[in-house]
Amino acid sequence: MTVKTKNIMIVGVGGQGTLLASKLLGKILLMKGYDIKVSEVHGMSQRGGSVVTYVRYGEKVYSPIIDKGEADIILSFELLEAARWIEYLKTDGIIITNTQQTNPMPVITGAAEYPENLTDKIAAAGARAICFDALSLAEEAGSSKAVNLVLLGKLSNSFDFTEEEWMKAIEVSVPEKFLEINKKAFLLGKNA
Amino acid sequence: MKKLMLGNEAFARGLYEAGCSFASSYPGTPSTEITEFAAKYPEVYAEWAPNEKVAMESAFGASLSGKRSFCGMKHVGLNVAADPLFTISYTGVNAGMIIAVADDPGMHSSQNEQDSRHYAIASKVPMLEPSDSAETLAFVKAAYELSEKYDTPVIIRMCTRVAHSQSVIETSERDEIKDRPYEKNGQKYIMMPANAKARHPFVEKRTVLLTELAENCDFNRVDEGEDSSIGIITCSTSYQYVKEVCGNKYPVLKIGMTNPLPVKMIKDFASKADKIYVIEELDGIIESHCRNIGIEVTGKELFSNIGEFSQSYIAEKLGVELPAYGKLGEEIPGRPPVMCAGCPHRGLFYTLKKNKVKVLGDIGCYTLGAVPPLSALDTTICMGASVSGLHGFNKLSEENSSSTVAVIGDSTFMHSGITGLVNIAYNESNSTVIILDNSITGMTGHQQNPTTGYNLKGDPCAKINLEELCKSIGIKRVTVVDPYNLKECDDALKAELAADEPSVIISRRPCALLKYVKHNGPISCDTDKCIGCKSCMRIGCPAISIKEGKAVIDSTLCTGCGVCSQLCPKDALGK
Repeated sequence: MTVKTKNIMIVGVGGQGTLLASKLLGKILLMKGYDIKVSEVHGMSQRGGSVVTYVRYGEKVYSPIIDKGEADIILSFELLEAARWIEYLKTDGIIITNTQQTNPMPVITGAAEYPENLTDKIAAAGARAICFDALSLAEEAGSSKAVNLVLLGKLSNSFDFTEEEWMKAIEVSVPEKFLEINKKAFLLGKNA
Repeated sequence: MKKLMLGNEAFARGLYEAGCSFASSYPGTPSTEITEFAAKYPEVYAEWAPNEKVAMESAFGASLSGKRSFCGMKHVGLNVAADPLFTISYTGVNAGMIIAVADDPGMHSSQNEQDSRHYAIASKVPMLEPSDSAETLAFVKAAYELSEKYDTPVIIRMCTRVAHSQSVIETSERDEIKDRPYEKNGQKYIMMPANAKARHPFVEKRTVLLTELAENCDFNRVDEGEDSSIGIITCSTSYQYVKEVCGNKYPVLKIGMTNPLPVKMIKDFASKADKIYVIEELDGIIESHCRNIGIEVTGKELFSNIGEFSQSYIAEKLGVELPAYGKLGEEIPGRPPVMCAGCPHRGLFYTLKKNKVKVLGDIGCYTLGAVPPLSALDTTICMGASVSGLHGFNKLSEENSSSTVAVIGDSTFMHSGITGLVNIAYNESNSTVIILDNSITGMTGHQQNPTTGYNLKGDPCAKINLEELCKSIGIKRVTVVDPYNLKECDDALKAELAADEPSVIISRRPCALLKYVKHNGPISCDTDKCIGCKSCMRIGCPAISIKEGKAVIDSTLCTGCGVCSQLCPKDALGK
């Protein structure tokens, strides 16, 4: 590859709010003057399926998607999804994952089992893994739905943007009435 | 002003800036957001039509009246609208008219992987193909000029990765476009044989003129490269993958106008490289054109006509080393999409499965009734095919008539189901059609339709009464059931299958995700009563799982619909 671009994947389960996280990331990267591409999944996959958003930024970005071995960071909303996408991580990449577990239908029906000790297995696959319970922190901030901001807060430590810049991006992306909860969730994630 | 925009949002911005004032579409992934974003500009009148044919004909009417117009659809929608397309190509337009068609390589949310570029060639209508949001905006604006100058509708082909990727665009002000006066012109607009015969040569001449334009226009361009051992001809999102892999190494001919394709430009480009690769997703359209004009190329023998490309896919084919990555060394269970907790379709599909009926399905969220544990579908073809297919399946078979139903959503029924039901009544097959009325177009993300009583802008409007409609078609037996009530569903299904005449069951309850729908609140499992029989697991609800031999309800998902409670033999599931 001749083009140097940073690649971030946001993965989770349809309905978890991954799109807000990528929207916010896009906003702050645009403010910083980068060329950006964000690729989303709409339609059928949103119905509780595995979802992925690709965020790429740099001086000039061509492809809107990220392939195996290309992601600098994977931000995962659910543990099984972190495991599913691990092959997309660069060999020196970082994976940040919520340890929350949501059973997929094959597990619910008994056709498959939810794998055990996934955090260890993810680390054994060679990834620098940051695993933490984002759901509890979101609840502490005031809403289980704020998981996305908790995870984004954790992700923010991988960037050299100021807290003020992040807060500004949150303010323009989140409705006024949820602003306090979201800001609190972001800071709880950042300091977790 | 610089903004990060989805390809579809940039398309809508282009419509706005180019002075478009009329948009009519039917929703379909990945095209839906173009019209939704267009509706946010007060200067653009935007509506959901009942289907793509109606949308295209309405957009043509608006163009005829002198207003720049638009209609949008997914690839399979263009099949429905193909009839007007081929003749509007002959009549041409008054004010500019743009048709958006969004293809879905890789079938993220579609029933086939057709390549809509064939339609542009077959209907002799020019087609543009942008490769990112900025190009989308620019192409939309240029397309109106093209449409009016060459007297033709213009198709803009999107694909999932252009439609649903955000990239940076620069906005500008709206051009105030004056309406063009309407003038009666039968030779141009009345396509009866004598007039159409006179119009056909105009179409052929227009293609010659457009080909001349293709030789020298902003849509097609060459990116110079350092190494001319390979020259690459590409278009759409494939261009982005090629540039990602090769940068400025090889010369690239980027085609932005897919129909008609240039001849001299391609010959010149090919003469300067040792070997030509054509890299395009789906069918070998540019490749065939190259061969037709005598250029030797490598195309589909190397780059598949199945599925999506990516940078790694291109890199591998070009012999570029791929990055290393770590592996988990363990099979990960899949996470297919499922019917949501509280989905009103669930109870109905459980009833169908329990009664072991054959089910001809249709297009919508309820296609998810095909997956285990419900596994309650036999077919899914296209919009409306359940109803008309049922007629053919039943007409000559009494056994099928008493054991087969069609299921179709409210929006899909409006789109293409009505004519099938007319056929059932008119040609008298003993068929039972179930309309799954969840009061919204669900799968594409909650669009209004003629049965909901609201228009695209959310304003109240005329509401189709499904019961009255079915009766006026000639169906005497019309029953309404609540799909949360399993006994009611079961009784109705048995009665209508046993009846000796056509019937309709309307399974009515709004989509559980609609904001106005009030839920009962989650239920819980009384573990003292639960015997772990897994009866509740038969409905495939994502909120129910079994832990340590007992049912567990996920309170963050459960809406309290109560369908599982009706299956519990020990009354363990409740408030």
